[in-house]
Amino acid sequence: MKYMDEFRDPALAQRLVREIRSLVRAPVRIMEICGGHTAVIFKYGIHKMVPPEIEYIHGPGCPVCVSPREKVDLAIQLAWQDDVIFTTFADMIRVPGSRSSLAREQARGADVRMVYSSLDALEIARRNPHRPVVFFAIGFETTAPTNAMAVLLAREQGLTNFSIVSNHVTVPPAIRAILDAPEVRLDAFIAPGHVSLVTGSRIYRFIAEEYGKPVVISGFEPLDLLQATAMVLRQQREGRATVENQYRRAVSEMGNLKAQAAVDTVFETSDMTWRGLGMIPGSGLKVRPAFAAHDAERRFALQPPAPSRDPKACECGDILRGLKAPWDCRVFGTACTPEKPLGACMVSSEGACAAYYHYGRHWPATG
Amino acid sequence: MEQHNHRPDGKEVLLAHGSGGRSMHQLVDGLIVPALANPLLDRMEDQATLEINGLRLGFTTDSFVVDPIFFPGGDIGALAVNGTVNDLAMGGARPLYLSLSFILEEGLALAELERILASIRAAAAISGVQIVTGDTKVVHRGSADKVFINTAGVGLMTDGTRISAAGAQVGDRILLSGSLGDHGMAIMSRREGFEFEAAIESDTAGLWPLVDAMLAAAPGAVHAMRDPTRGGLASCLNEIAQRSGVGMRLQEAAIPVHEPVRGACEMLGLDPLYVANEGKLMAVVQPEHAERVLAAVRTHPLGREAQLVGTVVEDTRHLVVMETAFGGSRIVDLLAGDPLPRIC
Repeated sequence: MKYMDEFRDPALAQRLVREIRSLVRAPVRIMEICGGHTAVIFKYGIHKMVPPEIEYIHGPGCPVCVSPREKVDLAIQLAWQDDVIFTTFADMIRVPGSRSSLAREQARGADVRMVYSSLDALEIARRNPHRPVVFFAIGFETTAPTNAMAVLLAREQGLTNFSIVSNHVTVPPAIRAILDAPEVRLDAFIAPGHVSLVTGSRIYRFIAEEYGKPVVISGFEPLDLLQATAMVLRQQREGRATVENQYRRAVSEMGNLKAQAAVDTVFETSDMTWRGLGMIPGSGLKVRPAFAAHDAERRFALQPPAPSRDPKACECGDILRGLKAPWDCRVFGTACTPEKPLGACMVSSEGACAAYYHYGRHWPATG
Repeated sequence: MEQHNHRPDGKEVLLAHGSGGRSMHQLVDGLIVPALANPLLDRMEDQATLEINGLRLGFTTDSFVVDPIFFPGGDIGALAVNGTVNDLAMGGARPLYLSLSFILEEGLALAELERILASIRAAAAISGVQIVTGDTKVVHRGSADKVFINTAGVGLMTDGTRISAAGAQVGDRILLSGSLGDHGMAIMSRREGFEFEAAIESDTAGLWPLVDAMLAAAPGAVHAMRDPTRGGLASCLNEIAQRSGVGMRLQEAAIPVHEPVRGACEMLGLDPLYVANEGKLMAVVQPEHAERVLAAVRTHPLGREAQLVGTVVEDTRHLVVMETAFGGSRIVDLLAGDPLPRIC
């Protein structure tokens, strides 16, 4: 496939693996922040191609995984409001809340629909003018611009039946929270390419400048990740800590200013609770009061859902902070499986537990 | 790998229970089969083998609820014939007679029903089967979605064949008759909410001529055979590995996937190994006859892109492992559910 196979060339991969081998001196713990990277590492077996000194620690970059359970409870409440068509991404539908999941409520008759984009939800609103259509927005800086656009378009086109719930979270405050936690030991970061496409590479400067850790922004093809790993090692070896950009074909220093402006128009910064990380000040995006008509949380009379703790046995929290690997969790693969997930890390294809379970659960020793 | 013979979790049926993945196995193996257990059913093949007065007959049934009912490359009528024909063929049975039952939602356009019937007639003619009995029910609007079809089929088992999901042996080669994912992605490209333009057509086709050629080329050499519909190739391989008590090693580079399907899968984040096919088969073949069987498959238009894609190995964990084209390896697992509802 053009523009795809070039990034999956096995000969180039072997050359990069040799380079990595020559650069690595001591054990190194690299956190790949993004769940998309985690999935690629496992899908292509990258963790088994690199020398054993390199340990990839899977960060909190899976939007479904970091949504606390009460968000699912809120979603279920919304799905049962009069006549509502409730739309969201597929993974979200299977995540367990404190008592049920959207999939179960769908089976009981709630009109829950899976979409690939908020713009598809907008189209559903256009085709069903007499029914309220709610889009449950999750994601990082990556999906926020499209969802902001959906709100702007709804206003422009008079689609008064369309509203969203914003559960958007932003990457830098979460990374800072992880770096400030005393128990976490990380040597370097591989930063998410798609987020950076929107925000620009500048948002990671604090990691290098304040914490002295190398950062490399990486694309999502397997060769990208191998190259990013080599770049991290080279910084380490040369005693540098800077933000480097492996994903030059897409990411710039300043990012996509138009997308940033759309986000800024519709959303404002808010405090947000993360699964596993707790409340992080300024880590969320909520709909600005000027767009209250398209803010589902303001439109519908909802009971604020009670904070809900994860089941005791679930260790998603420690896994999301890189303190534990999925196989360290007592219920991994036994009480918690993709068909009966206790924690969200097992649901989303970007979740570390799901990736281990699908692609590598029988090889913890060499993982 | 774990067994699935415990009752499914939860109080109600979920869409995931119909997906072809692990949840469906729990529903079938944990609830339905135990309630009806008998020696013929317990063999859990795509078809039952009936021995009557020395005659070996294959017998099977399938229901079709695909949405949309018309899609690029076919429609629900063609699927309903080919699906049942293929379930017979996978056991080595020459398909002979089908039954056909409609559940129609009031309001369905007669012109659409006529189109479906024409397609059924054409598919039956191509596969050389006759539709000899049937039934029609009409339900209130909303009690069904436009049209649901059930077909059952009877076929004559080929002499000397013993094809079974439990028949794979260490050393056997894995044959795939063509490219993966065409049907599932053709349906996906027409679903409300994510229509996209792509030159992808469903591969729906009756596979008996291919099977006939394979069995003629090397009688007895085919040990196991499945058509990778719901759940895709990954689910078939896992089922055979589990039932035969073996492992499988696949070579990703050998697995054909058409460019538009690869592109669409990339775009939607899907893996072609899990996407449904309606005109492909995978067979586990005795190694010394594998090349001959492959050559026989390739002589037929439906098998022109056939490849040997892997090998059966000894593995007490019954894992399917794929060497990626990139140079790594990974487990190819059963999915819990399927992101593509109602594709057949």
